[in-house]
Amino acid sequence: MVKTSVEDLLQQREKRINDAIALREPDRVPVMCIFGFFPARFAGITFEDAMYDYDKTMQAWISAMVEFQPDVCDDPFTSRFFGRLLERLDYRQFRWPGHGVPPNLSFQYVEDEYMKADEYDAFLSDPSDFMLRRYWPRIFGSLRTFENLFSIPGLYSYAGFGKLATLDTPEMAKAVEDLMAAAREAKRMLAGSAEYGEKMRQLGFPAQFGAMAHAPFDVISDFLRGTVGAMLDMYRLPDRLLKAVEQIYPFMLQNGLGAKRNGILRVFMPLHKGIDSFMSPDQFKTFYWPTLRRLILAFIDEGLTPFVFWEGDCTSRLELIGDIPRGKAVYMFEATNIFKAKEILGDVVCIRGNVPLSLLLAGTPDDVKGYCKKLIDVVGKGGGFIMDASTNLDDAKPENLKAMFEFTKEYGRYA
Amino acid sequence: MDDKLIDALSNLEEKTALALVKERIDAGQDPLAILKACQEGMIQVGKRYEACEYFISDLMLAGEIFKQVADMLSPRLKGVAARPRGKVVIGTVKGDIHDIGKNLVVTLLKAANYEVYDLGVDVPPQRFVEVLKESGAPVVGLSALLTVAFDSMKETLAALDAAGLRPQVKVMIGGGPITQDTVAYARADAMGRDAQAAVTLCNQWIKEVAK
Repeated sequence: MVKTSVEDLLQQREKRINDAIALREPDRVPVMCIFGFFPARFAGITFEDAMYDYDKTMQAWISAMVEFQPDVCDDPFTSRFFGRLLERLDYRQFRWPGHGVPPNLSFQYVEDEYMKADEYDAFLSDPSDFMLRRYWPRIFGSLRTFENLFSIPGLYSYAGFGKLATLDTPEMAKAVEDLMAAAREAKRMLAGSAEYGEKMRQLGFPAQFGAMAHAPFDVISDFLRGTVGAMLDMYRLPDRLLKAVEQIYPFMLQNGLGAKRNGILRVFMPLHKGIDSFMSPDQFKTFYWPTLRRLILAFIDEGLTPFVFWEGDCTSRLELIGDIPRGKAVYMFEATNIFKAKEILGDVVCIRGNVPLSLLLAGTPDDVKGYCKKLIDVVGKGGGFIMDASTNLDDAKPENLKAMFEFTKEYGRYA
Repeated sequence: MDDKLIDALSNLEEKTALALVKERIDAGQDPLAILKACQEGMIQVGKRYEACEYFISDLMLAGEIFKQVADMLSPRLKGVAARPRGKVVIGTVKGDIHDIGKNLVVTLLKAANYEVYDLGVDVPPQRFVEVLKESGAPVVGLSALLTVAFDSMKETLAALDAAGLRPQVKVMIGGGPITQDTVAYARADAMGRDAQAAVTLCNQWIKEVAK
């Protein structure tokens, strides 16, 4: 057998994915995952290690990718390796291994009203000022004193020099020191990501995503107002909420366009609060979908491929969300009826998913193969399908995952 | 029974509902009757949710309206309050700090006239045992969003067993990834797919206890 060169392998994998995205039949069904903390467990290191230990993390992820041979690799650095960064910032929105969570549990998000209902006007009139002097001090304990910063536009010439004196406090000095230390940790995180990406390329694995962007509504509901706050705002402050969603749109666009700079043209878009159970179809059409759709279209226009992760069950949204250009995006489904999705969206968008995590956790390899067979037969028919678990793998059983990968590579061949 | 207040609540007309409550308090109406009308309104909300007419966003708003009504009425209900329908202990299990679903269940149970012991998040098994013993509550609700918390549910059930509480306490579980398999795994009594289901389960169980 002729040994495939690394370049050939990379091209083969890229072509396989791009064929699926373009709704053509590739040589076989591509298979890939959001690995979560699974590689840590698989390599016998703790989740805490994966957030703090550069070498252990590097090795754990490389060995998991080599073992399972996904069509794209999963980068732990930008999504896991930031324990020290969180510490330096005293980040309040997470509890993580060693900081409020045992060493072998994933980090968890601490929801709160980080922005109050009566602060919309402040946010709308000057989002940067709001983030710097109100939001950052609340989510980064180390930057608490930023709430005492003077209003930035006030320093526009020599006339404002006096304001600088207010910066000369021990608290501000410490905050700046912590911020610089966090900046160095961020550099290390990116260096890890770059080194890992290069090593992976040498092994023939393309990177999975070049950037990430949230749905504008989720930025409000996940991070600023909290779920309950944002839901109530739909009734009580609909105009302000809509303006805020518009306000956030260009920032998410910029985040996603980062993928063009690093040349990995896939943008990850995980979605949260637009699912069937959370909001009514009218609310979805009003508050959630318009800016999200515009974002998807803008990325496509820029030559990027949005990988939109519809978490939870979004079966009732299927008709509506098909209103995007054909063959230019990937919809990842968790609990949505994926077979119905194929029926409704099969001619529009590449579908990725959704071997249930419960099956990967508690089922047998035969159960997994049975489900994969159905996926390949039905959703994989005619192309436009990528095999994946339903969500991030954290605690899947390795033998079940192995079954998913191997079965897909054998049975998922197109004639 | 007065329909206007019930309708305002069940139609989620926040301002109208609150204005009506205030009007009736000022007119010297029986606070218990006002509360009852609002509880009836919440039952309608629950029904509309079960009929898929309402969504979680609507339940959150309904809960918020009801909370405000309860705050307005509470100074006037001291000493005259009706007996709660029953006691329920509830919390998000150890290792999990998610509370949106749990909070919604708490609000709906309170609106359905239950006395609720809300233990918060990341609750160790022993804490459930303590509060169940102190309160004598016949029902406990365990919440989780993470699959890793299934083991905490199992441990909590084991702790109830060890404390000899299991025969007299019904256990309901709920949260995103919970399925009927989790009920068997944790050895609970039942699961609820949503917050309204928790109220239905409690109503059913409290009736059985009363028999």
